[in-house]
Amino acid sequence: MSPRAYDVVIVGAGIVGAACAAECASAGLKVAVVEATFVGSGATAAGMGHIVIMDESDAQFVLTRYSQALWDELADELPPDCEFRKYGTIWIAADEEELGLLRRKEQFYRERGISVELLDERTLAEAEPNLRRDLRGGLLVPGDSVLYPPCAARFLLERARDRGATTFFGQPVVRLDESKVKLRDGSSIAAGVIINATGTWASELTPGLAIKKRKGHLAITERYPGIVHHQLVEVGYLKSTHAHEAEAVAFNVQPRPTGQLLIGSSRQYSAEDPRVDHNILARMLARACEYIPQLAELSVIRTWTGFRAATPDNLPLIGPLPGRERIYLATGHEGLGITMSLGTAKLLVAHVLNWPLPIPIEPYLPSRMEHAACLRSSL
Amino acid sequence: MSEVVSLKINGMPIEVPFGTTVLVALLTNGVTGIRRSVTGEPRGPLCGIGVCFECRVTINAQPHCRSCQILCQDGMDVRTE
Repeated sequence: MSPRAYDVVIVGAGIVGAACAAECASAGLKVAVVEATFVGSGATAAGMGHIVIMDESDAQFVLTRYSQALWDELADELPPDCEFRKYGTIWIAADEEELGLLRRKEQFYRERGISVELLDERTLAEAEPNLRRDLRGGLLVPGDSVLYPPCAARFLLERARDRGATTFFGQPVVRLDESKVKLRDGSSIAAGVIINATGTWASELTPGLAIKKRKGHLAITERYPGIVHHQLVEVGYLKSTHAHEAEAVAFNVQPRPTGQLLIGSSRQYSAEDPRVDHNILARMLARACEYIPQLAELSVIRTWTGFRAATPDNLPLIGPLPGRERIYLATGHEGLGITMSLGTAKLLVAHVLNWPLPIPIEPYLPSRMEHAACLRSSL
Repeated sequence: MSEVVSLKINGMPIEVPFGTTVLVALLTNGVTGIRRSVTGEPRGPLCGIGVCFECRVTINAQPHCRSCQILCQDGMDVRTE
């Protein structure tokens, strides 16, 4: 066997792979990143870039909160084109049932020390005057932020390079062996540890992963500054994401620093076709117009789709692959890859180097899935 | 039907023949710098057929209206940057 060329070879230069590269290189490891196309070409470039604390489970909360704190630490170092802004999120309740969800959400955050503010009909209208007037209330989470993910991924990768990492672009990986990754051109790169950070494509290199593609649509408008001030999400979004139904749309609008509005969101299983589905797009935009009627007057300049890497329990896969301990997974983040990328990288490096873990890794370990049928076939 | 329509360009009252596009009303009234790019460069109409988006103006407080595709109407308030 040829001597190990790199301590760590990371496959995939999305934001998760880029974060892992920066963290591994900062820890003094000799790192290579192998990317089939270009930085952030998958879900990273397709996503909204909402750095958000989530409350679907304690494990989800802990990793999103930890990661958000890491983004906040990094914020001053991010170049201007990453467009990091602490706009905050307002979760919006349209009816009595959703008001109940909002209050539970408020309690969940308060109990865990997250600063939140419950808005009634009047204070919600003051905070976002262009929302329709019969909404029941909102929950402001002021610590949430937004950024432009492809530039953030590029920044993290540059940081990795500054700290000695090597990058290989346009190099599709065809196989992960125990101690090397094999490229399509027939060559191999020897590695002590391999990290599969290929998002929704992870199961092509690690067969048997129960990662499903979850298609999403987004639209972006011309520049209309001042229409929306926070990331606005209907709290019923949780209802629609929990139900693993085939198709769902939800109101989710993000102001960009340019004055553009990013309009989402949609979720579809079993949709492999990357083309825009105009039925879904129309439903998604109609949903957004229900909340902000003025949107109907604005020009959308671009629409696109992306694929999130979804797992059965809505938690990412972070850690060694059972039975093949030198192959690590860093995937399955679904719609939270941008938020969770920095925490994922810290966890992985700590696990690889046997350092103290900053937060418990158990909820995210791939081994949790052996009995839950996430790893569907024997490896 | 009246032969002329009355509107305002950047607050200035003008009259144009019925059927005139907003872009032609701008150009025939000496307004050639229609907008500025996001980096501040002056921009003007290029295609005149609704494709290049360089003739966008604000009409009745609605930004990003393509002036080459819209006919002047009585009472219109047209703003360029």
